[in-house]
Amino acid sequence: MSGRVLVGVKRVIDYAVKIRVKPDNSGVVTDGVKHSMNPFCEIAVEEAVKLKEKKLIKEVVAVSCGPQQSQETIRTALAMGADRGIHVEVTGKDYDTLGPLQVSKILAALAKKEEAQLVILGKQAIDDDCNQTGQMTAALLDWPQGTFASEVSLENDKVKVVREIDGGLETIKISTPAVLTADLRLNTPRYATLPNIMKAKKKKIANVKPADLGVDLTSRLEVLRVDEPPQRQAGMKVETVDDLVVKLKDAGKV
Amino acid sequence: MALREGSRRLQLLFRLRHLPQFSRFVGVRSVSENVSSKSSAPETADDHLIYTPEHFALKEALRKIIDQEINPYVDQWEADGIFPAHKIFKILGNAGFLGVNKPVEYGGLGLDFSYSVAVAEELGNIRCGGIPMAIGVQTDMTTPALARFGSDELKKEFLLPSVMGDKVACLGVSEVGAGSDVSSIKTKAVRKGDEYVINGGKMWTTNGTQADWMCLLANTSDGPPHRNKSLICLPMNLPGVNVARKIDKMGMWSSDTAEVFFDDVHVPCKNVIGEEGMGFTYQMLQFQEERLWAVANIVTTMENIIQETIQYTRQRKIFKLPVLYHQTVHFRLAELQTEVELLRSLLYRATALYIKGNDVTKLASMAKLKGGRLARELSDSCLQYWGGMGFTSDVLVSRFYRDSRLLSIGAGADEVMLGIICKYMDTLPRK
Repeated sequence: MSGRVLVGVKRVIDYAVKIRVKPDNSGVVTDGVKHSMNPFCEIAVEEAVKLKEKKLIKEVVAVSCGPQQSQETIRTALAMGADRGIHVEVTGKDYDTLGPLQVSKILAALAKKEEAQLVILGKQAIDDDCNQTGQMTAALLDWPQGTFASEVSLENDKVKVVREIDGGLETIKISTPAVLTADLRLNTPRYATLPNIMKAKKKKIANVKPADLGVDLTSRLEVLRVDEPPQRQAGMKVETVDDLVVKLKDAGKV
Repeated sequence: MALREGSRRLQLLFRLRHLPQFSRFVGVRSVSENVSSKSSAPETADDHLIYTPEHFALKEALRKIIDQEINPYVDQWEADGIFPAHKIFKILGNAGFLGVNKPVEYGGLGLDFSYSVAVAEELGNIRCGGIPMAIGVQTDMTTPALARFGSDELKKEFLLPSVMGDKVACLGVSEVGAGSDVSSIKTKAVRKGDEYVINGGKMWTTNGTQADWMCLLANTSDGPPHRNKSLICLPMNLPGVNVARKIDKMGMWSSDTAEVFFDDVHVPCKNVIGEEGMGFTYQMLQFQEERLWAVANIVTTMENIIQETIQYTRQRKIFKLPVLYHQTVHFRLAELQTEVELLRSLLYRATALYIKGNDVTKLASMAKLKGGRLARELSDSCLQYWGGMGFTSDVLVSRFYRDSRLLSIGAGADEVMLGIICKYMDTLPRK
């Protein structure tokens, strides 16, 4: 096995920013807004780096698809311990319509090219909440998948994954190569230390175009409109159960 | 443990993102957490005057530590009147933030001063003044002279652990009878064999109740006042060192400030930093860095206060309109923002010149003078727009009002800055 792990990292609007919808309802305001690495991608990077520190894998490659600024996100991964990066350049209209299907095609192509043993992604991105890229990538590669992972252990050429599911925890064993997606409790990402930030400057980031990987970026989806969620109305307190029933009847709920 | 940690992060992630419109003040504090310092400086390094992508990566990494390890606890530490210096310094030390411009051989990163400025700027996102001040004392007031002039042995014992965050340092310069007039300090270190015996006391000692060692300025001979002082690395656990009291202050509550007495304290002569008699000179040398550091710190905080005031006045209605819509309010905030930008420009200009090897004493003093005064003006104006809420302890602006008042006093009072500037302008009375 190559001992190489591909980690996908996505540049998203920072979790602490208050999102504003553009006046023309075509999307959300991104200009001048603070961006950072998707928190679940951070967890994915941390897991990959941990595996390398345990000497279970040999190389961690961080991948990001997007415009020039995506390189900053890759640098953060490098500062956390990834060995090198791949920036898949996607800009303009293509970037606006970039979705899980296109990214999965890119990741699948790269996984084959790099002969990856594992592809680790965050379970979902906090901007679109799709929770699809990991699953689609596995399907395109015809690889097994361990999604919503809260615990990962490598045993020879198999991976034991404890998954967080609705009913509790499910433990599965899958063979490599495989795709894993990280859930919140998988680990606590390390802080990028200043020495590592400076070392990351010397690590390589390769530049690749989707066309080089034979990937067609056309989207089958069209965003019609983006609206803010409805304003949450204030609640009402009532004295007795009878009052409650009366109010519910008035509101046409009962 | 992981579950609790995970659920706390989950809460942070989802609570802050989906904040409902606030019509009650309960929401104000959460809003404050939501304010990202919308700096008018470009987000990327392409056009920045002094910062490279590494500076921005540094700020982002430090911001994470602040958001997770410091800000959630600030209110508690302000109430306690102290913050856990050893714990926080260790976290920062592990991540490399305490030795940014210190030599690599002693755990530092050997980077230039622009990186220290970036750290100082980012620390302005801490929701109080006390903790950045305590960190600044550790990184840029107690250790520069030691790093430059101390012996190998001394650096191993005091500098290395301070950079790693294992030892907390404090500065012993000011005394009850001598603040601005440093040359008139009375603490004496009398030579007896290969020891100094120290008697006297120090005042306004930040980190004083938690420190492992003190960078002490004392009179070591009877010569002229600018040439008879030495800097000594003093372990705080030596017999005779008496941390008398924690001073109760108007602001900077989370920073413990002590009054310390020395009663026949014996310290080996080898603990003197560099040459005997050069202490005053050594301490003066790093004033430029200290002052620019303080300015970098306050610029970020001031900007955060303006942003929070905008957010508050946008939703608070008065006479049927948001407070912000009244011209006197948004015009005044524009004036203040303009002044903040001017100060920032001066900061970057001085920093750029300094890292090229120039003496920026005049510019640094000007920046410190302006910083202290602008912080007072800004906190006063902004607090006014918060109305009654501004007067409560629930909001950041009232804490800033109290904390920022110190800037015109400590680390070189306004009047001292004015004196320095006049010296450069050659307008002081001639002898």
